[in-house]
Amino acid sequence: MAQYAILIYEDESSYADASPEVWQQMMEAHGRFSQQVGEKGGKILGGEALQPTSTATSIRGDVVTDGPFAETKEALGGFYLIEARDLDHALDIAKLCPAPGGGVEVRPVMDVSGG
Amino acid sequence: MSGFPPAGDPPAGDPAAADPAATGDPATGDPVAGDPAAAVADAHRREWAFVLAATARVAGDIDMAEECVQDAYVAALDAWSRQGVPRNPAAWLTTAARRRAIDAHRRDRTLRSKLPLLIEPGSPPVAAPPPAGEEAPEDDVIPDDRLRLVFTCCHPALAREAQVALTLRLVCGLTTAEIAQAFLVSEPTMAARVTRAKKKISAARIAYRVPEEAELPDRLDAVLTVVHLLYTTGHTAPAGENLVRGDLVERAIALARMLRTLMPDEREVRGLLALLLLTDARRATRADSGGRLLLLEEQDRSRWDRPAIGEGAALVTGALRGGRPGRFALQAAIAALHAEAPSYSDTDWPQILLLYDALSLVWTSPVVALNRAVALAMAEGPEAGLAGIADLERDGHLAGYRYLPAAKADLLRRLGRHAEAAQAYREALELTGNEAEHSFLSGRLSEVTGPVPD
Repeated sequence: MAQYAILIYEDESSYADASPEVWQQMMEAHGRFSQQVGEKGGKILGGEALQPTSTATSIRGDVVTDGPFAETKEALGGFYLIEARDLDHALDIAKLCPAPGGGVEVRPVMDVSGG
Repeated sequence: MSGFPPAGDPPAGDPAAADPAATGDPATGDPVAGDPAAAVADAHRREWAFVLAATARVAGDIDMAEECVQDAYVAALDAWSRQGVPRNPAAWLTTAARRRAIDAHRRDRTLRSKLPLLIEPGSPPVAAPPPAGEEAPEDDVIPDDRLRLVFTCCHPALAREAQVALTLRLVCGLTTAEIAQAFLVSEPTMAARVTRAKKKISAARIAYRVPEEAELPDRLDAVLTVVHLLYTTGHTAPAGENLVRGDLVERAIALARMLRTLMPDEREVRGLLALLLLTDARRATRADSGGRLLLLEEQDRSRWDRPAIGEGAALVTGALRGGRPGRFALQAAIAALHAEAPSYSDTDWPQILLLYDALSLVWTSPVVALNRAVALAMAEGPEAGLAGIADLERDGHLAGYRYLPAAKADLLRRLGRHAEAAQAYREALELTGNEAEHSFLSGRLSEVTGPVPD
């Protein structure tokens, strides 16, 4: 098994004034996802949702600036760390990850243990 | 190299041996008398994929497998000069390469990265080297792993251009310099592309396996698309003096034949091979002696390669049977109708139009829509075709596609609307980088501007 990060990129405006119902649906979607990962034979090792980029602070060298590192239409809004057999397995899992306002990026995690 | 590399003919009684195209080939089994260097070169062309694929499983690492296979070919030159060419060169080379891989593992097991490059699901990622003294016997059954290799090279997580480069490098055994030349990029650029793709296979753990039944249609389509792209790149060299780059064309046909051998029941594989054979049957007539591009209607049909057309047409029949045909089968069926028609005007245009309709259902492509418009013009007149082209111009997907203004110009010319035709020819001229096409379009332009000054 290997580890992969599923990075969730979405257009933040789609959540800017989302109703509590929409949030509720979103939470349920992620709850379902967690369950499906197990059914697929994978494992969720961790994951978080992030506050929007309007709350971000970036540091480049010594310069501290208000805002995200890169201004993009779809911003990193959350991530999962999963365990999967190989890339196909990881992609199979990542396809189920809810990201209605954008999509996800799958990145293998570097194995630095005992290297 | 007009023949077909049965690419393998391994000891296990590969179905390739049953392929009619393989029979009578002096280099596929029986002892090869004569020049060992020629035998090695021949084995490089025919057996590379088989040897590398089988070695990769033992090496667990593409780079290492490549090195071991290269070494095996070098060793073969010497050994075959002394002992004669073995009865089964592929088995000899594979055994030699795998031995090297096992030795390398023994030697520097601790030095190698613990991250195996090739993952085999359900088994230890790297085949454990057999204990000392237990070597794979010479005539052990060597598994045919060529499909694993092909599907790994054409994995959808790799960019198309990386898939193409890896296929040429790993499946066809071309050098990076040769691939760079074929695609008109610098060698360092191509080397970087190949290295990056190999790194991704390793770091992201792209499995060394044949996809499961459920994912096969999509994954197979990616493989067929790569082979088709190789063919079309060779068939109409994107720039340069020669319209056709024969080496790429032949590599593509050889790959299609290999896939047909390995997946005899896949109808789209049959369709692709048929399409390539039927298109390539017209190769000699696509340009005149001066290199000027000849349209289908101007080509000398008596010079078309009849045996290739016969083989292609027979494959089409099988590819169309048994359910809804795929895009390659349908394209091949269209090519077969063209190839078997006595003349351009005597072509079964209504049938071709029907096939294009079926094709646009399974494959949404503006290029198909353009070809359909051309067929429509032939079946129902240039006006109807122009209406189809106008739709395409509006939807904008083909902006910058040189055949759109070229097709439009042709229909306008037929209708005698010379000024508009000239305009369209000029547009097409601006978009082509191929000299044969350029001179064709210039010729047509002066035709329509000559008698009726623009």
